[in-house]
Amino acid sequence: MSALDWSRGLTEMTLAFHILFATVGVGIPLFISIAEWIGIRKKDPHYTLMARRWTRGFVITVAVGVVTGTCIGLQLSLLWPEFMRFAGNVVSLPLFLETFAFFFEAIFLGIYLYTWNRFSNPYVHWLLTLPIIIGSSASALFITMVNAFMNTPQGFTLENGKLTNLDPLAAMFNPATPSKVAHVLSSAYLTSAFLLSMIASFSMLRGRNHEYYKKSIRLNMLIGLILAVATIWIGDVSAQFLVEKQPEKLAAAEWHFETGNRASLIVGGRLDPVTKEITGAIKIPWALSLLATRDPNGTVIGLNEFPKDEWPPLYVHYLFDAMVGIGFYLLAIPVLFLIMTRMKRWNAFNRWMLGAILAGGPFSLLAIELGWFYAEVGRQPWILRGYMRVSDAATTNPNVGVTFWLFAALYLLLGIVCLLVLSRLFRNKSAELELEERRIIL
Amino acid sequence: MSLDQIGITVLWVFLYGYLIVASIDFGAGFYAYYGKVIGIETVIGPVISRYLSPVWEVTNVFLVFFFVGIVGFFPETAYYYGTALLIPGSIALILLAVRGSFYAFANYGAKKNNLYLLAYGSTGLLIPAALSTVFTISEGGFLSVRGNTVTLLMEELFFSAYSWAVVLLAVSSVLFISSTFLTYYADHAGDRKAREWLRSFALWGGIPTIISSLFVFIALRNHNRAHFQNTLELWWMFGLSLVSFLIAIGLIGYRKNYGTAFVMVMLQFAFAFFGYGTSHLPYLLYPYLTLSSSVTNPAMGQALVVSFVAGLVLLIPALVLLLRLFLFNAKYVKGETS
Ligand code: HDD
Ligand code: HEM
Ligand code: HEM
Repeated sequence: MSALDWSRGLTEMTLAFHILFATVGVGIPLFISIAEWIGIRKKDPHYTLMARRWTRGFVITVAVGVVTGTCIGLQLSLLWPEFMRFAGNVVSLPLFLETFAFFFEAIFLGIYLYTWNRFSNPYVHWLLTLPIIIGSSASALFITMVNAFMNTPQGFTLENGKLTNLDPLAAMFNPATPSKVAHVLSSAYLTSAFLLSMIASFSMLRGRNHEYYKKSIRLNMLIGLILAVATIWIGDVSAQFLVEKQPEKLAAAEWHFETGNRASLIVGGRLDPVTKEITGAIKIPWALSLLATRDPNGTVIGLNEFPKDEWPPLYVHYLFDAMVGIGFYLLAIPVLFLIMTRMKRWNAFNRWMLGAILAGGPFSLLAIELGWFYAEVGRQPWILRGYMRVSDAATTNPNVGVTFWLFAALYLLLGIVCLLVLSRLFRNKSAELELEERRIIL
Repeated sequence: MSLDQIGITVLWVFLYGYLIVASIDFGAGFYAYYGKVIGIETVIGPVISRYLSPVWEVTNVFLVFFFVGIVGFFPETAYYYGTALLIPGSIALILLAVRGSFYAFANYGAKKNNLYLLAYGSTGLLIPAALSTVFTISEGGFLSVRGNTVTLLMEELFFSAYSWAVVLLAVSSVLFISSTFLTYYADHAGDRKAREWLRSFALWGGIPTIISSLFVFIALRNHNRAHFQNTLELWWMFGLSLVSFLIAIGLIGYRKNYGTAFVMVMLQFAFAFFGYGTSHLPYLLYPYLTLSSSVTNPAMGQALVVSFVAGLVLLIPALVLLLRLFLFNAKYVKGETS
């Protein structure tokens, strides 16, 4: 394998690993804040305990997020020096701002962790969650701006290889920014809602029945419902953005080759690589035009409009379908759960429901991976769409293969130890035990 | 000041910040391990962990700030250093990752064990050694640039006296900075026993620091004559550095004002670090990169400076709050509040 292939492999591996922890890092603070606030407001120590327990797990994931983020941050220069030399001139502003967001978050997280008993007014401690939420969500905002720039670069002119007319703000606020940032944030919050209810339903499935777990699931399902609606809605907005600004990415995901109106939506199926014939798919007439343009007669640009060497790999179709599938699953579960809690005759906490909620945790993380792989692979062959190909950006250093295996070993180690530590953290000290220790009896 | 000067000053200040906070952290890891070996971990362990726990993530951000900032202000550096540093950079990253995550695992999750302490202690010395090679490489002579490829000459690096002198200086500085700070912190906490141990570490740590910095000067003279000449013109900065060092050692030796002593250590390193940095200019990498040949365009430069100032407005009060709550709060330092 060439330095290019290894660099791609290492970038994919690091990002795929980092994004799990980064998503958790963006999402969980919101829930910690909500739980602590309800706890103070309703004087219900169950919620306060939730905030405490979530924080404890959160710190572990933050640590892995921080170290893997440091890896990717430096690896961008180590593996893609040509790209960073270019990007450094145009889009380093959001990267730079991101470090301030990290600073902000890191400082207040440090304070939050060690001041549970310092203030006589509990709201003061709760207030500390706000800068943490702002800091972590702002890191997502800024880094996603960089990624959006890679998809729709603007804010500069390239004349004979020279950069002129630079406008850092235009580069930051490029056309892909709004939909991308919104979707990344809402999906991170959604994922966190499901991860937290996953933990509670796991405990209930193992026979624990305390009211604490039920409260946790109820809270997270309620917020999860709102977030699922938001995520799907913004996902749809993202697709419409693609239709306008990056039609080849959407066309690749939909296996839409011929430009035309009344395009049908293709779900699943198999593609003949030569004839481009699709078999075994569910075809919904007009649906693609309707979704993409809000008009069943609308015209959707097909892949054939683009030179073949600029086509993204066509397997992204499956990534996209799977992400959307999971999106609807994550909507269905809270709806079902909330209906069941309204119906007096049904037990919303039956084994099936708990199992379905539990599955939502891994599924939502999977959707994050699928979504990112779709977004990034769908940009291929470009690293900067229209300006720089991935193959022109990679390092020329011949030793990338070695570093690939070193980092593979690192992530394996971190992944395993992190899971062990987290499971021990929640198993060794069940919520019941902790409630008793803290003499909380309700 | 021109844009490139503002840029390098900002970056250098943050790198200095990292040097101090990271040294405290790295050295603390080593002392925690050493304390265990000689059986005094119950004495110095609590002091160390009370300081480190709230601040470890902040330490890491200083480093991130530096390498993101340098690509922002001087994008050309990404190309040269990025291509050349693949192996040493990756090794440093892996060490940093192991250290940071295992610190959190042990501190917030499971109980501590020996293997963890060993990893924590040894990475504390290996990371500064790995990171310091960047300074060595910046002196020139370790890269070969042919057309589009930049290669690091590993053998030259390994057999260079200068490179080893820098490693030695980095490691001994880490131990010295850390022990002087922890002496102050232990004293502030009123922990006599821990303070006495750390004080003796500090006194012993001062000697190799000074000897190895002499080595560095001698080796630099052989390796990069031009840079060495520049340092001679800035002799007074290095002189002030030595004076600060002597005051610090004196204060610690006479068991007086550990706080002032630590400030003196900070000054000692500030003078040396800025003396080194100033004499290195205008080169960022001998002889390929200078400030003006690698600086970013004015539009981006201005945007970065403006955002930097705005960022500081946000950051400084937050940092002050952090320090007041944990470093200068007597109750916390003594372990009376959680
Ligand atoms: C829990 C996670 C999750 C869920 C349930 C969904 N998505 Fe998503 N999606 C993401 C998580 C995500 C993501 C990880 O956040 C991505 C990757 C890159 C990005 O901008 O967001 C993404 C990208 C992404 C893109 C590409 C945007 C671009 O490249 O600019 C589109 C068009 C959609 N999504 C559309 C949808 C639709 C129509 C969904 C539901 C019905 C949906 N997503 C559910
Ligand atoms: C944060 C979430 C992100 C994830 C999970 C992600 C994921 C990926 C993946 C999976 C690839 C490989 C595509 C392929 O198969 O070729 C890729 C490519 C790449 N991405 Fe992203 N990306 C993210 C954001 C970014 C951002 C913000 C940047 C830039 C600052 C970036 C820089 C790159 C580079 C340099 C490549 C190499 C090109 C390639 O391998 O195809 N990524 N990314
Ligand atoms: C190429 C893409 C990315 C790069 C270069 C990158 C860089 C980094 C770096 C350097 C850190 C460590 C900061 C520290 O020392 O505290 C970090 C952590 C973090 N990153 Fe990433 N990141 C990328 C993608 C993302 C994405 C897409 C998100 C959000 C969706 C994200 C969210 C975070 C968060 C929240 C943290 C803080 C750690 C935590 O709270 O878990 N990052 N990232």
